[in-house]
Amino acid sequence: MLLPFFQWCETLWLGQVVVGSVWLFPVIESVHLLGLALLGGSILLVDFRLLGLGLTGRAVSELARDARPWMITALIVMVLTGIPLFLSEPIKCYYSTAFWIKMTTLPIALVFAFTVRTRVTRAEPVGNTARRQQLVGALSMALWFTVAAAGRWIGFS
Amino acid sequence: MSLLAFCEWLAATEGSLALHESIYMYPIVESSHVLALTLFVGFAVILDLRLLGLILKQVPVSQVADRLLPWTIGGFIVMNITGVLLFYAIPVRTYQSIFFRAKVIFLILAALNVWFFHSRLYQRIAEWDHAIITPRAARRAGLASLVLWGAIIVAGRMIAYNWFDCDIQPQPAFVNWAAGCVVPPPAP
Repeated sequence: MLLPFFQWCETLWLGQVVVGSVWLFPVIESVHLLGLALLGGSILLVDFRLLGLGLTGRAVSELARDARPWMITALIVMVLTGIPLFLSEPIKCYYSTAFWIKMTTLPIALVFAFTVRTRVTRAEPVGNTARRQQLVGALSMALWFTVAAAGRWIGFS
Repeated sequence: MSLLAFCEWLAATEGSLALHESIYMYPIVESSHVLALTLFVGFAVILDLRLLGLILKQVPVSQVADRLLPWTIGGFIVMNITGVLLFYAIPVRTYQSIFFRAKVIFLILAALNVWFFHSRLYQRIAEWDHAIITPRAARRAGLASLVLWGAIIVAGRMIAYNWFDCDIQPQPAFVNWAAGCVVPPPAP
């Protein structure tokens, strides 16, 4: 059903530019990876804290507030580099299970990050919030792990 | 035994062949290498940004370093184990990759930077632990770390591409020299 859309994506100028270049794909891919490192640090810093690991001496809200601009920067870098990577091989992606796993979990991870996770990291710790924090931290890590692992696996298919 | 001969011997071992030809093990090791990057480089970046006064400004540098270091070391161990396995799977081509060689040089420089930071700067941490603007040497170390780990990621990713492989000739003399290619002299 979506195949015509992917076929249309293949005709787009941006993808054609990437396909027509020897080094553009590897370079964009490298920046995608640099974004991954930054995204990993800014997300894990907070998720670890939610699980009671890492910088336990600081408030969750403080870490989340400081990490947030870096997380958003990393997300922007990843999306901006991910789009040309996708446009250079949309048909391959269409037939890749890993791609569909990534594209299913990515929106879930994003919505989760900016709704539930944001709310929990901003809340003042009152009463029995520890378990909810742990759950949110674990879910966040599981979601982003799936996105990243599936993303890497697109290259193997 | 030369390093090249050692790599050739390694490539012929059973384990190397098995890993090279495996359908799932190689991609799993490769993926672990990439995903561990989020922990290892990710947390290194957090400390570097703190040294540059760009994140966690209210948190003492020693607190960031001490609490994250065990995880950074854990990530580093995973990166090393998986990295050695990736080399073990494709020894000769990797050894003769200019990107791999560049990565090793960057790794040595990054290690020197870590050593410099912990043996010199960190000894006097008490003097600037709470400073948002850390001493110039600390900021330099943080910036050097960011640049070096970035370069290591890029060089590592590029190992996968065969533009400068020894079996693709002719290459510029510099490439053959840097990659240590054994090129037969041109036929007379």
